[in-house]
Amino acid sequence: MIQEVCPVTSNNVVGSNIFVLSICSPEISSTVQPGQFVNIKVNERTVPLLRRPFSVYRVNGDNLEIIFNVIGIGTKILSSKSPGDVINVMGPLGRWYGIDGGYETALLIAGGLGVAPLPMITAALKRKGGKITTFLGARTSDQLVCSHLENINLATDDGSVGYHGTIVDCLRSWLGRNNHARFKIFGCGPNTMLKRLSYLAQEYNIPCEVSLESAMACGIGICQGCPVEKVGNEQKYSLICKEGPVFNTRTIVIE
Amino acid sequence: MVNTQTSIGGLTLKNPVLVASGTFGYGDDCNDLVDVNKLGGIVTKSLSSKPRDGNPPTRIVETPSGMLNSIGLANIGVEKFIKEKLPILQALETAIIVNIAASTIDEYCTVLSRLDEHEGIDAYEINVSCPNVKEGGLSFGTSCEMTAEITRRLRAITTKTLIIKLTPNVAHISEFAHAVADAGADAISVINTIVGMAVDVKTFKPKLSTVTGGLSGPAIKPIALAKVYEVAQAVSIPIIGIGGIMTTEDAIEFLLVGASAIQVGTANFIDPAAGVKIADGLRSFCERMNIDSVTKLIGALQSKKELSIVHSWL
Repeated sequence: MIQEVCPVTSNNVVGSNIFVLSICSPEISSTVQPGQFVNIKVNERTVPLLRRPFSVYRVNGDNLEIIFNVIGIGTKILSSKSPGDVINVMGPLGRWYGIDGGYETALLIAGGLGVAPLPMITAALKRKGGKITTFLGARTSDQLVCSHLENINLATDDGSVGYHGTIVDCLRSWLGRNNHARFKIFGCGPNTMLKRLSYLAQEYNIPCEVSLESAMACGIGICQGCPVEKVGNEQKYSLICKEGPVFNTRTIVIE
Repeated sequence: MVNTQTSIGGLTLKNPVLVASGTFGYGDDCNDLVDVNKLGGIVTKSLSSKPRDGNPPTRIVETPSGMLNSIGLANIGVEKFIKEKLPILQALETAIIVNIAASTIDEYCTVLSRLDEHEGIDAYEINVSCPNVKEGGLSFGTSCEMTAEITRRLRAITTKTLIIKLTPNVAHISEFAHAVADAGADAISVINTIVGMAVDVKTFKPKLSTVTGGLSGPAIKPIALAKVYEVAQAVSIPIIGIGGIMTTEDAIEFLLVGASAIQVGTANFIDPAAGVKIADGLRSFCERMNIDSVTKLIGALQSKKELSIVHSWL
């Protein structure tokens, strides 16, 4: 893990209010694993004060990419970055998805910008030669970002594209038709979605790893600011930044 | 050659820059990113007699130039600290100050006695002012008698440097400073976080699970400076200045109003090397100003009519 000031190499609009920002960091790019994140200071000022955590979306040579929706002051500032600007990046951080293991088909599922870690998982699975089926949902079709994914099933809340409903319901209906292989689920999205996904995985007895999102201060386990409730008694909480952001859904209580 | 040493009671620090409790783990979490031996010292995460889980999420909210936290003193407990963390800290070449938090006076005494059986601890900082726990915490820190009683009891059982960390959430912090100085404290840390709150207008709910939390960061620096200044007028024991220190200039301000050392807190979350950078910055500042010892900055605040002297420095 390192902290460095990195040049921005590109910043592109890829959907409604959605940007992909590319940053040059040979060291982070060469070591980051699928599901790990970087913690970014968007400017040198005290507003916003804290770093912002982002899953690494993709690695392209020396460059790493993040994907974000412009929601608050931090992402607003990031959306205005252009090549030649620099930002302070700390990473790679956190635990990653377990790509290895005894399954035949990887089911990648994301809601909204939960798509962020999916291209890196896809790339790792392709190197390994595994089968992939992807499920991608969003509120509306202009919020679906389908690049660098394989074998995609889409869902939208408004029915404008693909399955009309949530992406977890889309997966449920697919599993009803395809429940014969040994699967592993790799999920990312809002907690409400991940909670339903963890129930579905339990129902079908499919191993399931998800990446949780959380506000963080430090991103390295020091501030203790990002707890998630743990199953079992020894210790009540895990820290999302350090013991996650990727968890086996059997080990945590998603609220 | 600048002498960067400063003293807190019987403890000599290699420089005035400490990292604040709860912002640097137990001192072994940031070694990848920073040479901790360049710090004046490390103040550990608060320890209680038993491990504490801390508060449910949400524990952190960002505010303009600041952050609210409601961690709830999540910690591994004194026994695990002694077994797993202390051996690592003993190998460091920087002062080790262990912060203690408790729900009862007896618990403070138990934790300190247990720690006092071991080598490698240079001082204790007593948290009588955590705003985020139900029992103890702030209810001790806002009672002058209780704060003095805790100090007296702990003074009786240790000869090591004893530092009391005061809360700003009282009418007159100098009264508390007097009380702990009279009760035998070696030094005072000023200030802990300020009680604050944030509300989510989409859900009409408080943003923190505990409704209120402790405000820290640059937003509180002017308040912290005024409190350090107030305490410096009131007592003669050393003061450790804390509150929103992000830069060397911030640290110098605290020294000038009367702090003998400072703690860097929230800045560590953004840059774990902030403390080391400030320690380097203090040395450069003194070199530039031809000041041969950092201690000459302590309480060197000039009254307004003497401002011309300061201007001639800059």
